[in-house]
Amino acid sequence: MQTLQISLAPLAYYWSKEATLRFYVDAMQWPVDIVYLGEVICSRRHQMKQEDWLALAAELRAAGKEVVLSSLTLIDNDADRRNLHKLVERAMAAGFMIEANDFSAVRAVQMAAAGQDYGFVAGPHLNIYHEGTLAWLATLGARRFVPPIEMSGTDLAALQQQRPAHVATEVQVWGRLALAYSARCFIARHHHLRKDTCEFRCEMYPDGLALSTREDQEFLIINGIQTQSATCLDLGAQLPELAAMQVDVLRLQPQSQGMDAVVQAFHLARQVRGIAKVDAACLPAHAQRSNGYWLARPGMQWQEA
Amino acid sequence: MLNLASIGFSAYEVIGPGLMKTCELVAPAGSLLALKAAVDKGANAIYLGLRNATNARNFGGLNFSDYDIRQGVAYAHARDRQVLFAINTFPQARAAAEWRAAIDTAVQMQADAVILADPGLMAYARDGYPDLRLHLSVQGSATTVDAIELMREQFNIKRAVLPRVLTLLEIEKIIQQTSVEIEVFGFGSLCVMAEGRCLLSSYVTADSPNNKGVCSPAHAVKWEERDQVLYARLNGSLIDRYAADEAAAYPTLCKGRFQVEGKTDYALEEPTSLNALALLPKLLKMGVAAIKIEGRQRSPSYVSQVVATLRAALDAASINPERYSPKPDWQTTLAKHAEGAQVTQGAFERPWK
Repeated sequence: MQTLQISLAPLAYYWSKEATLRFYVDAMQWPVDIVYLGEVICSRRHQMKQEDWLALAAELRAAGKEVVLSSLTLIDNDADRRNLHKLVERAMAAGFMIEANDFSAVRAVQMAAAGQDYGFVAGPHLNIYHEGTLAWLATLGARRFVPPIEMSGTDLAALQQQRPAHVATEVQVWGRLALAYSARCFIARHHHLRKDTCEFRCEMYPDGLALSTREDQEFLIINGIQTQSATCLDLGAQLPELAAMQVDVLRLQPQSQGMDAVVQAFHLARQVRGIAKVDAACLPAHAQRSNGYWLARPGMQWQEA
Repeated sequence: MLNLASIGFSAYEVIGPGLMKTCELVAPAGSLLALKAAVDKGANAIYLGLRNATNARNFGGLNFSDYDIRQGVAYAHARDRQVLFAINTFPQARAAAEWRAAIDTAVQMQADAVILADPGLMAYARDGYPDLRLHLSVQGSATTVDAIELMREQFNIKRAVLPRVLTLLEIEKIIQQTSVEIEVFGFGSLCVMAEGRCLLSSYVTADSPNNKGVCSPAHAVKWEERDQVLYARLNGSLIDRYAADEAAAYPTLCKGRFQVEGKTDYALEEPTSLNALALLPKLLKMGVAAIKIEGRQRSPSYVSQVVATLRAALDAASINPERYSPKPDWQTTLAKHAEGAQVTQGAFERPWK
């Protein structure tokens, strides 16, 4: 029986370069197998430049990790599109796979590969809901895919039955859920700033900025142009189920505090294919747990196993 | 005003060499009445959906029976207009056959094109019906020339509908780099999030545009009145509340008022409508192939008045782009149908940049 792998999803927040590097230096010691690197939210974030991500990628590879470089999720201008091509070419030259977070990246990989065999990871925003789309992406070189976070366990089980050979499955099991992307920046809006002169206020919020209802229900998290769930996904109890349906990789979403303990909980559980029990102290501040999507219910809901 | 559609005029036709550049007007229809209104008022093409989760406006009481679709297609075709079938949600893992059947149905009903978001479904259409014209839906989230070209290379798409996140400058760059026709939204309710990439609705209600063709669905909405305050809830969560002197709006999730760091505001977006009337000459000049009106969920009277207004404006902008300016009565008519009090040119001009 193959061991479940553990991955660190790309960092969604804007941390200082120092904090970012410190996080990944720590991660070198954690029992994670795969690390996704790169800016996936906003091209204005500049503390870590492409060269910095690539240098960090080399370090993590030297520490024994599989490194994947993640592409920007919403590309709304030609300059960012050209940067994407640059990233793909550099990644390929250095022997790293790309996580394609939109179809521009899929084509950039096609172009750079120029007929050679060069695989990629089909990220969670490619909307792979059924076997037809998964099969198509496999013909283009997808070696692993991340289903949309709103997919239920029942639907994933059905999709797993029809999964093409040589395509691995990676499922997010921990962390805030990426719910939406916009051309507008909500952090800049909150500070009455324009997006182009945002003063990089995202840096003030290492785990995003909380948005609550007018009845004080913690509701969403705004993170630049991205909107996340206020709840923290926890599929620790579903680990045996995930293993049974032959999911290959457990994906954890980076957060500023307690990440090592989260990794440890899933690491312990995978060794015995048991339930991962993550301590409440590891939840992001004020976050409740959720697992509703997996149960085909509203994503924000939580049901004890 | 000369109605160009009524004389069979379509995109890029030129009356005399270089004299005129125009584009198609694409109108929504959620019922046979709306379709006929759109045809009568001069739409070049009408888009519609089947009565199930395969289309992105899967609302109760909306959409066509098969009988009505046949009537509608015949009505449009008799007047040289096109009917486009929107099958633009994502086939779900255990029910993909329903989406493939929708393609079969569209072909049987003589669709002039299908509007698809999902590549797997595109593959099915291309393999089964090589002559069927494919449009990439706005839900397909193609925001760059690479994404559009990938779909052309793989599926021979003829047109892409651009997500409402691009400026005019970026749209122009895309048009210059692809042979795929580009369609943009000209009027209607505004999604603040990138289409095809928003799961806010399923996070709260389990149903999203991607999986069920709905956003903030009516079945999850509950209105409550307490002490003269109106509470608008979505599956229990408070999206907004209104004092007696405030106008209440449908609780679309991203358009509610929320608290952020102690401030209560429209943290994501105020209820606004897109109105690109003033930009028509620019859109024509840069070579946009079609202007789309949002609103399959809206009434036949909305369709009738908005199509008539945009037809008049588009004809005026086509015939004399230099001297064009939106007439006050056009704007008045459109304002009546706008959502919320505000109207914006949206991402086209990016006031927030």
